[in-house]
Amino acid sequence: MTQKSKIDIKGLNFYYEQKKVIKELNLEIPENRILGIFGPANSGITTLLRTLNRLSDLTAGARHEGEILLDGKNIFAPDVNLTELRRRVGMVFDVPTPLPMSIFDNVALGPRMGGLKSKTDLEEKVETSLRMSALWDDVKDRLDTPAARLSGGQQQRLCIARVLALEPEVILLDRPCSALDPISTAKIEESLVQLKEQYTIVIAPHTVQQAGRIADRVAFMLMGDLIEQGYTQEVFSFPKDKRTNDYLTGRFG
Amino acid sequence: MRMNANTSQKIAKFTIWAAALFVIAILFSIIAYILAKGIPMLSWEFLTDIPRDMGRSGGISSSIVGTLVVTAVAVIVATPFGIGTAIYLTEYTREGKITRIIRFSAESLAGIPSIVYGLFGFIFFVIYLNLGWSILSGGLTMAIMILPTIIRTSEEAIRTVPQLYREVGFSLGLTKLQVITRTVLPSALPGIVNGVILSIGRCVAETAAVILTAGSALRMPDSLLSPTRTMAVHFYILAREGISMDNAYGTAALLIILILLLNVGFNMLVNRFIAKGR
Amino acid sequence: MKSFKEKLTERVFLLIALSTLSVLALITVFIFIKGVPIIAKVGIINFVFGMKWAPSQGYYGIFPMIVGSVSVTLGAAIIGVPIAICCSIFLAEFAPAKLRNVFRPAIQLLAAIPSVVYGFWGVLFVVPMIRKFLGGPGLSILAGSIILGIMILPTIISITEVSLLALPRHYKDGALALGLTQWQTIHSLLLPAAKSGIVAAIILGLGRAIGETMAVIMVLGNAVALPQSILDPVRTLTTNIGIEMGYASGEHQQALFATGIVLFVIIMLLNASAQYITRKR
Repeated sequence: MTQKSKIDIKGLNFYYEQKKVIKELNLEIPENRILGIFGPANSGITTLLRTLNRLSDLTAGARHEGEILLDGKNIFAPDVNLTELRRRVGMVFDVPTPLPMSIFDNVALGPRMGGLKSKTDLEEKVETSLRMSALWDDVKDRLDTPAARLSGGQQQRLCIARVLALEPEVILLDRPCSALDPISTAKIEESLVQLKEQYTIVIAPHTVQQAGRIADRVAFMLMGDLIEQGYTQEVFSFPKDKRTNDYLTGRFG
Repeated sequence: MRMNANTSQKIAKFTIWAAALFVIAILFSIIAYILAKGIPMLSWEFLTDIPRDMGRSGGISSSIVGTLVVTAVAVIVATPFGIGTAIYLTEYTREGKITRIIRFSAESLAGIPSIVYGLFGFIFFVIYLNLGWSILSGGLTMAIMILPTIIRTSEEAIRTVPQLYREVGFSLGLTKLQVITRTVLPSALPGIVNGVILSIGRCVAETAAVILTAGSALRMPDSLLSPTRTMAVHFYILAREGISMDNAYGTAALLIILILLLNVGFNMLVNRFIAKGR
Repeated sequence: MKSFKEKLTERVFLLIALSTLSVLALITVFIFIKGVPIIAKVGIINFVFGMKWAPSQGYYGIFPMIVGSVSVTLGAAIIGVPIAICCSIFLAEFAPAKLRNVFRPAIQLLAAIPSVVYGFWGVLFVVPMIRKFLGGPGLSILAGSIILGIMILPTIISITEVSLLALPRHYKDGALALGLTQWQTIHSLLLPAAKSGIVAAIILGLGRAIGETMAVIMVLGNAVALPQSILDPVRTLTTNIGIEMGYASGEHQQALFATGIVLFVIIMLLNASAQYITRKR
């Protein structure tokens, strides 16, 4: 792979209690690209995403083996500051999650808690983030209204803006469009393609088609195993593994 | 002899409906009776004048003030402890020995009769800490009494906050404390407010515990160490000693109105929260 | 890795959470310190089973009050429990949604009414009715039982309703599908399944009744003697404290704290058994 890798996953095993949900996974995530990880339900994809910013720590009984290197540094190292890690690796969830506060406060929450106090700086950051997620024009006149009043698609773009406001290096998106209509989905996909200039994006698409539309590279996971990975066109046109082919052609999943 | 299934169904249905209507009727009769007798007594003078001649004439302004301040002390002291305990139980620990001890203590406190709280408040705050019969003694005693209510309602409210909210908070790089104060508590706020309002009602209605700790002085309190006679105590003394039935009714009506407002007010508050898009 | 600050925060919350335990301990210690000496002096048997309460002459026997508390509480249970269970069945199974939304706040309101108001209402309505139709002074076990029977309704109703609603939905669907009537389903299936919750509800209701002071102080007549019928006046443990705390001092005051100890122990036993039953479920 010529592209510099941002994250390097080496020999990752992941368990919930006795159940092994990720098996001996090796994967490089290229910088400034969109990586789509797809596969049927319970393939370990959500777990993998949650491991990348160690949200998985919150789940009781979760443990891991192996390494995840972010810019060459293991995120499981004991001296890793979790708060800082999660600022560097932002996450968007499968359902829109506006917090019970105004649109402005939702976006400003991360920077504020990170210590940004100046009102003008915050305003600037909120505006930039909302512009990048293509929500600014919809909401610029009503930043004080509760975020819950936005439509589902707008809420999800708000969540993306909220992550962008952290100025992360990596953005993880776990089926971000699964609860959205096609028009909102298209808008979000458009923003993501623009965002990859500055960020490394890992998305678990809710359909194979979505991966085809936006991902530069894809990885196919099945029941905790990484079956195949490569450039999107190659994998989709000439899958090396029979299981990938079966999944892509709709034999199962 | 076995009764026909349909007959037993009819009898049961009738009995159950009758019981429910009976309870509503009792509630209505108590409230209507007190309000009918008491509302005519309520006047501007009654609300703003201090009691005169043992409460035979004059108003109840000092009792209103006393009630409000005792309640305020109780709520201000108990709320942080109640919410803090709820946060510990929900966010900082898994079910185990410590949570069992804390829950046992809270449930036991909830079951202790108010007269026992009165005894304790008297011996501990009034005598041992030498606070005397005072607003402070009464308020602190009430704070302990309402603590279990605030813990329980806050805990329930915090537990209904979706786990996803916490994850969002953590994924935005918030520390645990920031996640709790910025994402969990705001979402749990309506439920917590409910608990506080319930507790306010409890303070306003309480008699046995406050009479032994805040005293029954009629004058206008001028500090937290002044003794006072809350409205419920005032009503009790007026009615029991037959000092003035009219003023007793007036005081009771005001109490009932306050309680109604607190109950109705809460529902309206919740609706507003929901309307605000929480 | 947890930072020092996070550990400190956790400790602070733990300390706050332990306030319930420390307060409970404080209450226990102070009530016992104040009350135990007089029990020791009189002797626990003489105190608990003594028939004569005459503080001015040094007689401290609270047996009549124990009988008073128990009889009024049992009376309250006989009156209140069936009504409460009917009301919870009503809420959980019979009430149309609209009515339920009125009935539930109404029950909350019933719990919010000050106990002195209940007592007052008892004096004005219940006591004269008893005097008129059943004879006697009217101030009686019966009057207290009726008032307390109403006052314990919210406690029993809310807990029973919760345990009925907590039952798996398929219980009911299954029974109805077998052709049972609604009532057969309730009494042969739902009530037995919710039994432990209902028992806990009743015990907590009893605790509430035995601990109530201000409502019963006004309707019981407060005579210190063993009652012969439910129309006789009695004094309970709580009213004994409520009436005499105002002017008691010295040994007399200690004896009232000792009365509090007996009450406290009864309540803790009731609470513990209710908690045990609920937990076992």
